[in-house]
Amino acid sequence: MSGTSQELFVQGNEACVEGALAAGVRFFAGYPITPSTEIAEGLSSRLPKMGGSFLQMEDEIACISAIIGASWGGVKSMTATSGPGFSLMQEAIGYAAMTETPILVVNVMRGGPSTGQPTRASQGDVMQTKWGSHGDYQVIALAPASVQEMFDLTVDAINYSEKYRVPSFILSDAEIGHMRGLLSVPEKIHVVDRKEKGIRRHDEAYDVPDEMVRPFPTFGKNNKAVITGMTHTDDYRIEPEDAKVHSDLVRRLSEKVLRNRKDINRWELIGEGSPTMVVSYGSASLGAKEIAATDPKVGLLRLKSVWPFPEEPVAEVASKCDRMLVCEMNLGELYWEIRRVAIEAGCKKVEFLSKIGGDPPTPSEIRHKLRGMGAL
Amino acid sequence: MELFEFYREDRMPTVFCPGCGNGTVMNCFFRAFNELNLPLEKTSFVGGIGCSSRIPLYINSDVLHTTHGRAIAFATGLKLGRPDLKVVVFTGDGDLGAIGGNHFINGCRRNVDMTVICINNNIYGMTGGQASITTPHDFLSTTTPYGNKEYPFDLSEIAVAAGANYVARWTTRHVHELTKSFKAALQKKGFSFVEVVSQCPTNFGRRNKMADPTQMLEWFKEMSVRRDKVKAEAADHVDLNIAGQITIGEFVERNRECYEEQMGVAKHG
Repeated sequence: MSGTSQELFVQGNEACVEGALAAGVRFFAGYPITPSTEIAEGLSSRLPKMGGSFLQMEDEIACISAIIGASWGGVKSMTATSGPGFSLMQEAIGYAAMTETPILVVNVMRGGPSTGQPTRASQGDVMQTKWGSHGDYQVIALAPASVQEMFDLTVDAINYSEKYRVPSFILSDAEIGHMRGLLSVPEKIHVVDRKEKGIRRHDEAYDVPDEMVRPFPTFGKNNKAVITGMTHTDDYRIEPEDAKVHSDLVRRLSEKVLRNRKDINRWELIGEGSPTMVVSYGSASLGAKEIAATDPKVGLLRLKSVWPFPEEPVAEVASKCDRMLVCEMNLGELYWEIRRVAIEAGCKKVEFLSKIGGDPPTPSEIRHKLRGMGAL
Repeated sequence: MELFEFYREDRMPTVFCPGCGNGTVMNCFFRAFNELNLPLEKTSFVGGIGCSSRIPLYINSDVLHTTHGRAIAFATGLKLGRPDLKVVVFTGDGDLGAIGGNHFINGCRRNVDMTVICINNNIYGMTGGQASITTPHDFLSTTTPYGNKEYPFDLSEIAVAAGANYVARWTTRHVHELTKSFKAALQKKGFSFVEVVSQCPTNFGRRNKMADPTQMLEWFKEMSVRRDKVKAEAADHVDLNIAGQITIGEFVERNRECYEEQMGVAKHG
């Protein structure tokens, strides 16, 4: 671990700005929306001074389109939004997946559906992140649970996006985005740059085989690249009627993410081997963390990455505990994935604590649920 | 530069129908680009979805074939990310004026340096001839079997009102004027817009008693009225009314400082 270059007392959204700049983001397009707006405000002030560009677009569709355009210019690009804006972005998220464009979308989740609770936290967009656009594709999504993680995971999400040429996501929420705390900015930051066409060097992204992730043909470098959302070949032919071309392409888009699950997945495990394990992520995990830190009968598996789904750590924990409790701020999204893997791994009881309305589940609410399960 | 240095010979023939106006536009654009001696490898081409948005796919440079309606938004990001590149958008009436209308007016207003070429064939050609936002009143299409009861948009008038630095409209009958306007647009700093009223004999002409493309070109000739250098404040005179008249000419030529110059981004390129 490297040392700390500075300590900052900031909001989660401000930590995201710092992380993005540290990871090399130099283009941001945004549209005002609560509770993500501080990210746009922060970058509107910082980017022009660093030779980057900030754009306020006419809607969220324009935002995600613009960042994809900038990424093809070879610039690390991102946007930040919340529920309604995230819904508007879905078509272009599929375009980014199909064209293998590195971008970061930060979704500071709020209560939905529709306008819902603009100022309150939720985890209602977890499934939408993976299934929101039409067609089959995979994405990378990380779920920070603190101000520090808003920085750290923003850096990681940008790095993964560059490495695997895939749209990546920060699934934060109003609670984490607006929470204030101390941020330790590391002295050295691990930064990954995309593998460029025509260049060979020893670097993280370059070590990924070309069969999985093709080198990126940056615009303006005489690559004569034809980038299209239509079914295409590596030599830029459009073949929407060719079943094999389509199958090979779409399967590779999924496989390059799924096969690298071990590289991407990250989690925190507290109280390993406890008879009862809580599985949670983001602000929903904070109450359980208090319990797991003090009660030897209860442990916590806190997922820092939610897509690709971290099957291995969930299965490992599930195989060793008597019962599992999933805490989420929705009516059941990742619960079904966790339940599927846990039951397959031999866990006999998987229960669900669902809380919506804007507040994360409190320790007393979780204890009450655990007592009902016979865990306490 | 030879024609097939500019266009990808190995991608011929194009998907366009016989008699389509896209070929005329491609030819005029090549001439303009070539006469200006612009570096092809430093020019990126962006298209949306539709017949005209397919033109970039035949150009021998970097091409971003995007989602329906959003070409200008993609192009805006590309230009701001890489101010050293020239960015040209090919789009159509449906792509630009219907699904992409918001990006069109805001693109004109924002005035990022790019050239947008809209091939307005007054119909959704690729999907088989549905009415578009520029289908003239009472004309027939597969979705207006009793005649179009809506009134068409005037795309050039919108561009003038919204603030584009250069706005011109021609038809595929006016190849010399069109070529000249492409040159002017490519040289103009800021948002430049060229609208080309073009024939779709397959899906527009056939249902409106002009199945032969030459009939459509004759119609363009008869209907066209030239009115140049209309001042921005007199934009209501820039009128497209295909049933009665197609106003053609160079409507606006001004020099509002473009977005990236004001932000100092241009210097970083």
